[in-house]
Amino acid sequence: MTASVTHTSAPASHHYTTLGIDSRKIAIWAFIGSECMLFVSLISTYLIYKGRSIVGPFPHEAWTDPATGHVLKPILNIPVTSASTFVLLMSSLFMVLALAAVQNKEKPKHTRGDRILGNSKLWLWMTAAAGTTFLGFQAFEFTSFVHEGLTIRTNLFGSSFFTLTGFHGAHVTAGVLWLVTLLAIDYRRGLGSRDSLLVDIAALYWHFVDVIWIVIFTLVYLIK
Amino acid sequence: MATTAISTPAYGGEYSGEQSGLWSWLSTVDHKRIGILYLYTALFFFMFGGLEAVIIRAQLGAPNQHLVSAEFYNQLFTMHGTTMIFLAIMPLSAAFFNFLIPLQIGARDVAFPRLNAFSYWVYLFAGIFITVPIFFAVAPNGGWFGYAPLTTKPYSPGLNIDFWVIGLQILGVSSLAAAFNFLTTIINLRAPGMTLMRMPMFTWMAFIVQVLLVLAFPVITIALVFLLFDRSFGTNFYNTVSAGADPLLWQHLFWIFGHPEVYILVLPAFGLVSEVLPTYSKKPLFGYPVMVYSGILIAVLGFGVWAHHMFAVGMGPIADTFFGLTTMLIAIPTGVKIFNWIATMAQGAIRYTTSMLFGISLVALFTIGGISGIMHSSPPADLQQTDTYFIVAHFHYVLFGGSIMGIFAGIYHYFPKIMGRLMDEKLGKIHFWLTFVAMNLTFFPMHFSGMLGMPRRIYTYDAGQGWDLYNAMSSAGAMIFPIAMAIFIYNFFVSRKRGEIAGSNPWGAGTLEWTIPSPPPEYNFARIPTVTSRYPIWEGKEVDHADARFNAQEGKTPADLGIVMPYNTIKPLFVALGLVIMFCGLITTRALIGVGAAIMIFSLYSWLLSPLEPEHH
Repeated sequence: MTASVTHTSAPASHHYTTLGIDSRKIAIWAFIGSECMLFVSLISTYLIYKGRSIVGPFPHEAWTDPATGHVLKPILNIPVTSASTFVLLMSSLFMVLALAAVQNKEKPKHTRGDRILGNSKLWLWMTAAAGTTFLGFQAFEFTSFVHEGLTIRTNLFGSSFFTLTGFHGAHVTAGVLWLVTLLAIDYRRGLGSRDSLLVDIAALYWHFVDVIWIVIFTLVYLIK
Repeated sequence: MATTAISTPAYGGEYSGEQSGLWSWLSTVDHKRIGILYLYTALFFFMFGGLEAVIIRAQLGAPNQHLVSAEFYNQLFTMHGTTMIFLAIMPLSAAFFNFLIPLQIGARDVAFPRLNAFSYWVYLFAGIFITVPIFFAVAPNGGWFGYAPLTTKPYSPGLNIDFWVIGLQILGVSSLAAAFNFLTTIINLRAPGMTLMRMPMFTWMAFIVQVLLVLAFPVITIALVFLLFDRSFGTNFYNTVSAGADPLLWQHLFWIFGHPEVYILVLPAFGLVSEVLPTYSKKPLFGYPVMVYSGILIAVLGFGVWAHHMFAVGMGPIADTFFGLTTMLIAIPTGVKIFNWIATMAQGAIRYTTSMLFGISLVALFTIGGISGIMHSSPPADLQQTDTYFIVAHFHYVLFGGSIMGIFAGIYHYFPKIMGRLMDEKLGKIHFWLTFVAMNLTFFPMHFSGMLGMPRRIYTYDAGQGWDLYNAMSSAGAMIFPIAMAIFIYNFFVSRKRGEIAGSNPWGAGTLEWTIPSPPPEYNFARIPTVTSRYPIWEGKEVDHADARFNAQEGKTPADLGIVMPYNTIKPLFVALGLVIMFCGLITTRALIGVGAAIMIFSLYSWLLSPLEPEHH
């Protein structure tokens, strides 16, 4: 069937669109615009409250408890978080490869390298695994902070830090679930180039969540 | 076009052409039926919020009255504001977005019909959630703006504020889902030739409103998350006492949302009136491009004026000057709209229908509200007016005189398109004049009681402060509204059954929605029209008229025309139900969170994995 021809030439077709692209692609961009404002609100609050906590622990400075004389070290562990950031950034690369693999599914594969690059399941697994690893790092970070005496109730830093990074972690979790859903579809019936859009919108979301992390990592961890 | 070449598809069992009965409404994905659901639900909440206002005015009718307690009075004014803004005006606008956007741009439905149903059901359930507590006197009582730290646990220990926080959070989901949907629809489902600068002005204003929703709602979502966390988990976002939190954080976040929200409330009414005035003046809208640009400018500036709600907190001269100036600036594009409407009517062949009367009254009354708005854009003047009845007068002139008058203009104008029958003009005019008199009698004296220093949100007052007469006038005016509404409702339901048959274009309007039968068939357009002008009926070329003739034919089924219709589905309702149950778990037992999440996720996957419509190849 000349499906593509009927889609574009017959205005009576249900799938006529003004821009000639699928509506889901526009909707995900609108959604991402909205998500930007969500994180702008969270990040602004974090920055407004930066340095305004009355009691420690603090992110970048040591704090002496006047009651007990205990010295609490700066709480952020930048090397560990740098590692988790690297993993998350790599996941974006895997996502790009997963999308390319789905888009080129029907193209002939000649070499072993072609076959690896064209393996959508592999790259979707890698992306989901990298996301899960990032979440593991975050779980480790959160528990160690609680052990060191910083909870969401301790001070302004604790409230705004856990809420901001927790919201980001929730977004990564949603992304991992999305990727697992795509994997399930891939195993059940195989993702082909006709499904590019499904992977494309998931990838846009995934990259967005990554970009937000770069902003958070810079503003929360790197800038003192 | 190739319509004849398409063979008739075999329909799945779920879809049937003629639809009636409860199940068809619960499972509908048709934008027109969802629009009607929004209309009925929002009218119900409008009357409920009105009833709250009537009790408020009865309490304030004379000094030292004790009809209701101070505590219940707090719940009344909080719920009056919350109901009117989130459960009445926004959903009434959404009713028109739903019904009109696809018809005005020449589309068969919105971009995501099932998401559209989801938005409605979330709105309905959230509306019930936030409204029911007032029957048990545990309704939200912190004002529609819910200022923290006042609304944090130490100062508001009851469940009242929890209902408000969670209710608004759920309503946000509904508004955002609808906004993504309409935004995509307007961008991507316009008929061939329907360029942006040919779109009807209502669709343009709707487009701008969706952008505002997409950008403003996340901010209040976060402000509410902070408040929810403070109340439920003991975080410190608004803990000014022991954690050193900033007492202005909530106010900034709330008003960054809250001021764009004002335009979310009024721009749809502006859009409706921009359809009404040209139709009954028999002239195209004056200065169409300027109307578009001024709408965009209002939206952009709307994000830069929020702190004019906060002059009284003492932000310093620089902030006061900046926000005073931006507020004065925003009067310019608004004023441009007023002048363009007047110029549209000038020298026109004006017909004073009920719709036109409501439309003209918007121009007049919104101007009064706009002018008092400019008065308190000046910080020194605002310090005298803030938290007085002068402000109450101001925002009722813009929200009642603007939004509600515009929405009534829209209801009388579009009723024949929605129901296929005309509303009774005689009753309509009685409704209009009663509303007009009631509106001015209620709200105009508030300028004076406010200037004489009467503060907002007090449940009673002493005699002899010069406020008695003005309050008696306001209360007398408020008692007229129920009579006006009773006439409207009677007219609405009688006309729906026995009104004169409308035909496709009873008012001689010029835009696409009037080329199709009334009520429109489920597929809207038998063939997607090709558009060559802003008013295809008035100034279109032969191709427009040919499309219009084809689309005016009645009685064709989708099967006759080879149009694939989406399946009806109950799944969006269940996703909405799961979502609301999940949120209910936050204030009842935590187990409900799991139950709700399970229902939601199961229904969501079931929805996403089932096809929207039959295969058609």
